[in-house]
Amino acid sequence: MANYLFVESRDPYGAGDAQHVEELVRGVRQRGNTVTLFLVQNGVLSTRPGAKFSERYADLTRSGITVLADEFSLRERAIERLAEGVQKADIGQLVDLLFVAGTKAIWH
Amino acid sequence: MATGMKLTLALMDPPYEKAASTTALRIVDAALRRGHDVTVFAYEGAVNLTMKAQAPHANPVKGTSVEEDHPTTREWVAALFQLAAQQGVKLDWINCGLCVDERGAGDWIEGPRRGSPKDFLDSAIQSNAVLVIPTK
Amino acid sequence: MKILSIVETAYRATLEEQDDTILWLNHVLKNAGADISLLLCGSAVNYAARGQDATGLAFGARRQVHPPELDKDLDKMIGVGVAVYAVTEDMRDCGLAQDDVIGGLTLLARAEIPALFDRFDQVWHW
Repeated sequence: MANYLFVESRDPYGAGDAQHVEELVRGVRQRGNTVTLFLVQNGVLSTRPGAKFSERYADLTRSGITVLADEFSLRERAIERLAEGVQKADIGQLVDLLFVAGTKAIWH
Repeated sequence: MATGMKLTLALMDPPYEKAASTTALRIVDAALRRGHDVTVFAYEGAVNLTMKAQAPHANPVKGTSVEEDHPTTREWVAALFQLAAQQGVKLDWINCGLCVDERGAGDWIEGPRRGSPKDFLDSAIQSNAVLVIPTK
Repeated sequence: MKILSIVETAYRATLEEQDDTILWLNHVLKNAGADISLLLCGSAVNYAARGQDATGLAFGARRQVHPPELDKDLDKMIGVGVAVYAVTEDMRDCGLAQDDVIGGLTLLARAEIPALFDRFDQVWHW
């Protein structure tokens, strides 16, 4: 199966397609693919514990999806603690993920 | 040390409008530091990222002038070219020619070159990693 | 390399450009030999609507002579062998029925998108 890297740059507040992105990510994973969701820019806003939609990340992780959040974007938004399921990462890790052979990288 | 691997990025956003412009440059920086070659295809407003005439300005709200050190994206891109040279890798920055023409963005810093969507395709096919950063 | 290009946002500078820049780009890539398919989602499904009319734009004495014809541009891409997919839920949200759109589209439900992705080497979201 294939390797997918979804980069989510948008927050789920007001952008009506955030639900669609979650369904898409889960759907790709359910087909047996390796999936990483890398949150960047306003995409990290829902990682603050107690934020709306923050509860989704634990479930995504349980389904085998790796959820990473850009540490610079987090610091920029004063998000220190992360919701369950989210791991802090740096931009270099995003680059490393891009270079995993056969990766399909999709930015939203 | 150069890895011999290449990343191709497609960018679309002009400077000073979207967060993605800075994130894209961060990705380029990180890739160069890791010893990878990078090709950037600047499409649409992204051709404005390298315009030579960009100038910093004072900040009347903060009451600062030169100490504000207001960044210009042309300086950031120029610094990335320097980084590539130091790392012994290649940064190939391609400004889409038709996008340049319609925006009058043809006077750019040293380093970028004029190109076309075919250059993006050729680079993507030859690359180990490809990322398209959309605009909205 | 099989490439799927996702087009999501519609009517972004299409009047100034007289094209959709992403449809245009992908047509150029096709002409350059790329194995390209398109997925229309979100508001971009409306590009398939028949009868779009952007004529008549004028600023003072400066009139637009060649307004965009996005449904025709899609027709041409289908004509040169570009597979064009459209998400049925987004079409429904835009109030589009099959009779309202150009022929040659391949409609798929949102739930089918992961399977579509798996058929391509690269998925580029523009």
